Amino acid sequence: MIKRFFAWLDDRSGLLTSARHALEHPVPPRTGWWYVFGSATLLAFVLQVVTGIALATAYVPSSGQAYDSLRFISEQALMGRFLRGMHYFGASAMVLLIGIHVSRTYLMAAYKFPRELNWLSGAVLLLLTLALAFTGQLLRWDQNAVWSVIVGAAQAGRMPIVGHDMARFILAGDTIGGATLSRFFAFHVFFIPALVFVLIGLHLALVLRHGISERPKVGEPVDPATYRAKYDALLRREGVPFWPDAAWRDVVFGACMVATVVLLAITVGPPELGRPPDPSILQADPRPDWYLLWYFAVLALAPVHLENVIIVLGPLLFGAILILLPIFNKGERSVRRRPWAGLLVVFIWTTIVSFWYAAQKADWSPDFAAKPLPASVVKSGDPTVVEGARLFHEKGCEFCHAIEGFGGERGPDLSQVASRMSPVQIEARITNGSPNMPAYAQSLKPEEVRTIAAFLATRR
Amino acid sequence: MDPTGRPEPPAANSSAPSADPERRRFLTRISIALSTFVAAVMGVPVVGFLVSPLIRKAPRVWRPVGSVDHFKVGETVNVSFEDASPLPWAGVTAHSAAWLRRDSATQFTAFSVHCTHLGCPVRWFGEAKLFLCPCHGGVYNADGSVAAGPPPHPLPQYPVQVRDGQVEILTSPIPIA
Repeated sequence: MIKRFFAWLDDRSGLLTSARHALEHPVPPRTGWWYVFGSATLLAFVLQVVTGIALATAYVPSSGQAYDSLRFISEQALMGRFLRGMHYFGASAMVLLIGIHVSRTYLMAAYKFPRELNWLSGAVLLLLTLALAFTGQLLRWDQNAVWSVIVGAAQAGRMPIVGHDMARFILAGDTIGGATLSRFFAFHVFFIPALVFVLIGLHLALVLRHGISERPKVGEPVDPATYRAKYDALLRREGVPFWPDAAWRDVVFGACMVATVVLLAITVGPPELGRPPDPSILQADPRPDWYLLWYFAVLALAPVHLENVIIVLGPLLFGAILILLPIFNKGERSVRRRPWAGLLVVFIWTTIVSFWYAAQKADWSPDFAAKPLPASVVKSGDPTVVEGARLFHEKGCEFCHAIEGFGGERGPDLSQVASRMSPVQIEARITNGSPNMPAYAQSLKPEEVRTIAAFLATRR
Repeated sequence: MDPTGRPEPPAANSSAPSADPERRRFLTRISIALSTFVAAVMGVPVVGFLVSPLIRKAPRVWRPVGSVDHFKVGETVNVSFEDASPLPWAGVTAHSAAWLRRDSATQFTAFSVHCTHLGCPVRWFGEAKLFLCPCHGGVYNADGSVAAGPPPHPLPQYPVQVRDGQVEILTSPIPIA
């Protein structure tokens, strides 16, 4: 009976035969664990869709109510906090995995003939994944999200000619307001996922059409005239069915990925909600989620005169490289014959991790929470020195300068400033400032400058 | 056989009675034209709706932020006010803020709270007489001029007026460089 039902279903729909055809299509042998990242990215996307739909049943996409609905989801709804955690770590997994998948594809030159369109569809999926990650962070709709929208609009505003309109498009008006969140919600849950579905369909269809790329071998360059015949011969000679010979690794890795996401959702939990999304609360310290934190550091550390170039040309250049790469669709695939490709991947990942690490410290930001210097640091009974230490804190010097571990790191550490500058030089620096330090001539009285300098003169 | 297991369908009979090339060309054109029309009917209002913020000119209105006596000469304080035309569901996101300084008995200056670097909220530190940005370390002098860090422009100012004993600020767009 059941057999007959499935036979009828297959006759009318063709679904089972199509699925069997896809699952059992021959793949090159010995593909190994390097090939699991694409399927794991797809699984992470499915995880996002499932958890996202569940969250959307309680989330209210209204600027005035989203924050409260998220508090409800996090604090009262059954499994709400866990689902938010799954969605957050699922997003993290998706970003990380697609990054590794793209790197692997580039390292093995799997973008070469005949898989140029596989690469292009994957490149667009990478950009869409980043767009999903950014818009998803904004749906958290707390103070950090609101200010992140403004920062995003400000960056768009740097674009020549269309920048101002792009910024207004992002804000859905002149300011943050009722229309802003609804717009991001629609993009995050409808528009971008719809594009992702279409492109995943295309990407998978292309994978079936051209087959999974074989492991590259030194001395076996891609020649469009002969590649297909060679590949077909390889499959006839040594090909194995995708299911289960190759797919078991995808299943094992995917299960480990989901288990890790579940574990993190339980043990770490979702990001805590910040203050309410009130743009008039100025005690804010906006930061992007970890996957975009490195870019936050780039914008802090880039030379000011290069900033517009980085903001405007950076994404354009990145997009152009992704699109134009398949032009070089012939030749060696092995990274041993393309050492510069390996170096480039190492350079990109090292740069991202380095900027990410710098952003963790964010020592370019003033330390607004700096505490007054204790007596054990001041180490003096001289009333002028003690008063200088007090002014050093009160007048904000300590926001940017540390003394024996107290204070910010934006400016030089002044623990031993007297060993490199005389009191007169210190006074001059405070009064006149320097390229990256305000001149305090307007805001400090001369005797205050002298008192602070007297305190700093004891720092050896 | 196609991938679904179904035998390939027979090819169309090009010598069938309806196979007049002129008729085919006409049917192709009319189908494409109608499809384009349908796509336009669906697409134009959607695109127009999405880009409407670019066309819509937001009104600018004067918002009271407190009575004149409320502010001390020389002090810079944070004031909040409502946007020009908030949507009913905007909630707290309809709020805006400014740094307001009373310069003299009758003169006020209102600074934007948005750093000109990337829009982060600047904070006023009265003892240091500086505006500081927490994001990338931008620093502004008391008059809003750039003192240090990456901001490319001084802090913008909002128009301020005193009317019937109330200090009023003219609502303005978020300054985008």
